[in-house]
Amino acid sequence: MAVLTEEQSMLRDAARTWTQEKSPVSAFRKMRDSGQPLGYDPAAFNEMAEMGWTGVIIPEEYGGSDFGYLSLGLVLEETGRTLTASPLLSTALAAASALILGGTAAQKEAWLPKIAAGEAVGTLAIEEGPHHAPEKVALAATKSGAGYSLSGKKTFVLEGMAAGVFVVSARTSGKPGDKAGVTLFLVPADAKGVSRKQLKLADSRGAAIVSFENVEVGADAVLGEADKGFDLLEKVLDRARAGLSAEMLGSAIQAFETTLDYLKTRVQFGQVIGAFQALQHRAAKMFTDLELARSCVEAALAAIDNDSPDVPELVSLAKAKVGDTLHLVSNEMVQMHGGIGMTDAHDAGFYLKRARAAEAAYGGQAYHRDRYARINGY
Amino acid sequence: MADFGGDIDAFRADAKSWLEANFPASLKGKGGMMAIEGETPDSAEVKAWTHAMGEKGWGVPTWPKAYGGGGLAPAEARVLQQEMNRIGAWNPVGGMGTMMFGPTLLEYGNEEQKQQHIRAIAKQEVRWCQGFSEPGAGSDLASLQTKAEDKGDHYLVNGSKIWTSGGQWADMCFCLVRTDNTKKHEGISFLLIDMHDPGVEVRPIKLIAGASPFCETFFTDVKVPKENLVGPLNGGWTIAKRLLQHERNGLSGGGGGGGGGGMFGVGGSPASMAKSYVGVDEAGRIDDADLRSRIIAHEMDTKAFQLTAFRMMAEAKSNQGPSAVTSIMKNAGTKVGIDRAELILEVMGTQGLGWEGDDFKPDELQAVRGWLGGKAITIFGGSAEIQNNIISKRILGLPDPLGPSSN
Repeated sequence: MAVLTEEQSMLRDAARTWTQEKSPVSAFRKMRDSGQPLGYDPAAFNEMAEMGWTGVIIPEEYGGSDFGYLSLGLVLEETGRTLTASPLLSTALAAASALILGGTAAQKEAWLPKIAAGEAVGTLAIEEGPHHAPEKVALAATKSGAGYSLSGKKTFVLEGMAAGVFVVSARTSGKPGDKAGVTLFLVPADAKGVSRKQLKLADSRGAAIVSFENVEVGADAVLGEADKGFDLLEKVLDRARAGLSAEMLGSAIQAFETTLDYLKTRVQFGQVIGAFQALQHRAAKMFTDLELARSCVEAALAAIDNDSPDVPELVSLAKAKVGDTLHLVSNEMVQMHGGIGMTDAHDAGFYLKRARAAEAAYGGQAYHRDRYARINGY
Repeated sequence: MADFGGDIDAFRADAKSWLEANFPASLKGKGGMMAIEGETPDSAEVKAWTHAMGEKGWGVPTWPKAYGGGGLAPAEARVLQQEMNRIGAWNPVGGMGTMMFGPTLLEYGNEEQKQQHIRAIAKQEVRWCQGFSEPGAGSDLASLQTKAEDKGDHYLVNGSKIWTSGGQWADMCFCLVRTDNTKKHEGISFLLIDMHDPGVEVRPIKLIAGASPFCETFFTDVKVPKENLVGPLNGGWTIAKRLLQHERNGLSGGGGGGGGGGMFGVGGSPASMAKSYVGVDEAGRIDDADLRSRIIAHEMDTKAFQLTAFRMMAEAKSNQGPSAVTSIMKNAGTKVGIDRAELILEVMGTQGLGWEGDDFKPDELQAVRGWLGGKAITIFGGSAEIQNNIISKRILGLPDPLGPSSN
């Protein structure tokens, strides 16, 4: 555990208490069973916003507490533990980061206070294929009058059904795969020509396919600079990846602890199965991996807070390491629980499904291992 | 010096001027293997540097001044290390005396023992070796059989030890002996034995990498004075466990760099070596997709281990108390070390398999020995399997499958 300030410890403790009491895994189960198309419980998200969690990284002048990414990571770790479904990551971290890093005063004024208050949900609309590839942008933004006209489709848009505003990556020049010629746009969900369709994924969280058909936006919808949006997008993505890594760390820790409890209670051959060395050493390996992953996640979040030049390297390290760890732990959770872990009535399946969706989001392990090597020149 | 009334900057200035006055510039950057107890005759400069550091107590900077240590606060010791790094100076005082035995004796020894032994370690005057493992007592250390019989005014020791690193050069041995046959753990005592006694015979062991610092040690009717018993009779196991903690901390390599593997092998990262031995494609990637992906995974493991070592130090500094993370350091560090040696060998190809001769560069000859010698790091100091047992039992609270025969 990173060395925390008193305020950070209080925030973490508050998040732990609230998630354990108000948002245990049974709450997620209830939401899933209800078929809620948003993929989260709006009442629960309102409570999170009231506690100030949606404003943690937002400057005070826009209604936030300017408390930093490590602090928001502490909250996300706790929500990850209980698989709390909410747009916290998409709106209060990803979209908020895009506005903080690239927004004009007017753009910030228009959206950050609403995001901080939990009144508006923002999200990134950046994926066009089954694999994370932020430079493979085909969605076209062509000059139209004083502004642009957007046409194309985005998939795997997290919280896409709830979003009131999208941060859309579009191509203003070049071809898909070029980093130059990518421009970020702020597009309200109610803009003419925007339509969305629920993307039903195995993890039951909120996701959508969002279509843009001749969506007219003004020049003031450009976030950052036209044609030069890729560097900004990478910065935003690194923040989102670090936050998601914290959430995944929490999920992995809880999956491990739930499994460890089972090893101590399940009796076969007249003894608890946790007495078997074959299982003990696998548990020790998972514990070791979790500790290593924690170091990477905390280092990435701290690097963002310090605006350190090694943010991209540390973020890719964190996403890959915590991805590998969650992958392993979620598989072992099912295997060590045996038959009961295969049943829908047990929580193990929730962790397994969430693991794979979270691994894929903002780039999986293979993507980030390759990126780590490219950053380091090999 | 422990009080922080003084300014840390003032200490830094003092350390800087003392180091510049006493560290011979010709020894710059020549630390490395010299710190490990060895047979190499020291040059006059090394002797002078060792003497100066010994007198100052800065070879063991945080040990109490009353016993010849530096008496520095941890923050001051860090500053000292930074200043040493800055000018390429290295600590000439090392070995098992400083890493394991000294800290243990400071905790468990009586006043006479501390006065007698600690200062000599701080001055690098007496070299120590470890008499723990026996041919029949490896991972199950507490089954050891070397016995010490009470003969009134002395103990009579008979038996044999194995893997006594540096035994052929050691002056003294801190040894686990059986003083009660009726109990396992509670029949073990912690005894200090003079290696120059005529009843002590040491035979070096040749390993798969060639010559090694490891020895077999035989004790035949060795008379050991009663005052050489550390702690209570039959109370040696507790002391041994504490000492093994010091050993593990030392072997995991703390500050990183490959965890224990740093003692072996060659410098440079597998990634950078692969760029020259394997080549790169037009995009600058290592030109072997499979090897590249395994190198990447290893480099990331290395970074994760280093970050964990930093986290552990930060936690220790903030006095949050010892955290569970320390328990994983040996396995995590040695995995990185072993993987690194394997990858370097593979990266070098057949040039990494040279045993001797001028067809191979010194780094290449070192790589094959580092690879072979490095296999020891997941075996000694408590094997990887024993570490996993410890994590399972002490951290995760799982039942002990070995029952009372374990510790």
